[in-house]
Amino acid sequence: MSPLKRDRYLHLVLKFFACISIVSLFFVIFFLVTESWRIIESTPASKYILDDAWHPTEGEFFLLPMIIGSLLVMIGAMLLSIPVGIFTAILWQFYAPSWFSSILERIVEVLSGIPSVVYGFWGIMIIVPLLGKFQAPGTSLLAGIIVLTLIVLPTITLVANSIFQQVNKLHIQNAIALGLSRFTIICHIIFPQAKRGLLTGVILQAGRAIGETLAVLMVCGNVVQIPGSVFEPVRTLTSNIALEMAYAMDIHRSALFLSGLVLMIVVFMLILMTERMKNRENAL
Amino acid sequence: MIRLPTNHSFPDRLLKFFSWFCGLLLLFFFIYLFSDIAQQGFSQVTFKFLVTEPLSAGRAGGIAPMLVSTLLLLTLCLLVSLPIGIASAIYLAEYTDETQWFSRIIQTNLNVLASVPSIVMGLFGYAFFVVALGLGFSILAGALTLACMVLPLLIRNIEDSLRNIPDEYRINATALGLSRFRTIFQILLPMATRGILLAVILSIGRAMAETAALLYTSGYVSRMPESVLDSGRSLSVHIFDLSMNVPGGEQNAYASAFTLIVLLLMINIITLGLSRKIQKGAFSER
Repeated sequence: MSPLKRDRYLHLVLKFFACISIVSLFFVIFFLVTESWRIIESTPASKYILDDAWHPTEGEFFLLPMIIGSLLVMIGAMLLSIPVGIFTAILWQFYAPSWFSSILERIVEVLSGIPSVVYGFWGIMIIVPLLGKFQAPGTSLLAGIIVLTLIVLPTITLVANSIFQQVNKLHIQNAIALGLSRFTIICHIIFPQAKRGLLTGVILQAGRAIGETLAVLMVCGNVVQIPGSVFEPVRTLTSNIALEMAYAMDIHRSALFLSGLVLMIVVFMLILMTERMKNRENAL
Repeated sequence: MIRLPTNHSFPDRLLKFFSWFCGLLLLFFFIYLFSDIAQQGFSQVTFKFLVTEPLSAGRAGGIAPMLVSTLLLLTLCLLVSLPIGIASAIYLAEYTDETQWFSRIIQTNLNVLASVPSIVMGLFGYAFFVVALGLGFSILAGALTLACMVLPLLIRNIEDSLRNIPDEYRINATALGLSRFRTIFQILLPMATRGILLAVILSIGRAMAETAALLYTSGYVSRMPESVLDSGRSLSVHIFDLSMNVPGGEQNAYASAFTLIVLLLMINIITLGLSRKIQKGAFSER
């Protein structure tokens, strides 16, 4: 084969491989939609919100408690992990002595690689009994929020830190030369520049948080209900899938695929938000 | 890191207090988690634990089949995803630039694929690999599902390491009359070896931590797998099963968690070494 011809074939082969990732995402969506089509077809959308209960075998598909459960756990975890993550990143970049920063760096990196199932296991062994002392049974919305916070916190800290690092060094040097105080520099020079990046990172982590399954399943109690307080058990969309997939048949299984599709749509919208933000940033 | 001038105004002290508080809180949880798991797990992990089969649903005995299943899952996953990953990364880095529409579509596609929740990936794997392709609950089905999950990570990292190679190499290769084929396979890929290795190790870490996607694809049979078409339980699924479904399985769950963390720590250390070397300027003198 002549080199020229070989190059042309190479191009085609590489392009083919690059398309595989597109095809695989297409397959993911295709299978979610076809498998959940049965229930979309046979059940009006209002049933998911207005039904009495979640008894999928008897044709009652009250998905709302699970959706609310997912949202509550996710929002709770984000509310806790965003400030702690950002403050830790501020400590890491601006306040801590450098030896402490390097320890922190290693630790946060290690923490971000720990499997969520280990956090979930630790949650069962330590956090659930601890909460159970205050208010039985311990497996609750709050336990889920705490465990999920621990799962997303390392990554949020890493993201916030790398965004603080990207802030224009010249601006900071000018600010120092102008004699501005440390607090003013952090709050009025660095933070405004980092704001958009932080928001993007946080949104992506929110997507990860709402998709987290087993750790949440392990500590949340999994009772299908709209919780009255943080000490009551909840079931999330993700744990619902993991719990019932083992024995779900027919339309019940279709309902589980539908909850998967709902999750996928939520995550997709979050990503769309970050993409649009990136585009606007480029346009500026 | 830029050192800011110290001052001691009230808001500054407040910010300092809060950031130390949060940082120490994070450290506290870290030490708590690790000391707990190390303390309960370390004494359990013996050589015998690693090489024997589990007894009475995992309450006693070891984790040998899980280690084998995990290893099989990782190997198959990489066998499938690495060629696709390298080829796509070459295409993205060498044949497109970020502004082209096709490249943009692939990038967005990778972003979405990277953030498909793992349980949704599990649903897909179940519907496609297990049912539609008829693989059944098998290590192969699990590995293929994992391959879909790590693909974005692989492509992104390999693409970065290819893009980091200075353009002079490409220009010089062209000036010397080398074909595109030879430029890629004899110059650019060897230079990107370290980056590819880093991507592989990151993917192994990601795949080893995965649980939800494996529940309904590779299943949770705890016997020693005899072929890749057998169902096999990964280490992370084992931890999940012991702590949720087996009363009295806590001690072995601790030991398994400890083993998994040690394995991941080793991966982390290798990654750190590699990325340091890359930062030191892999492309200076050679």
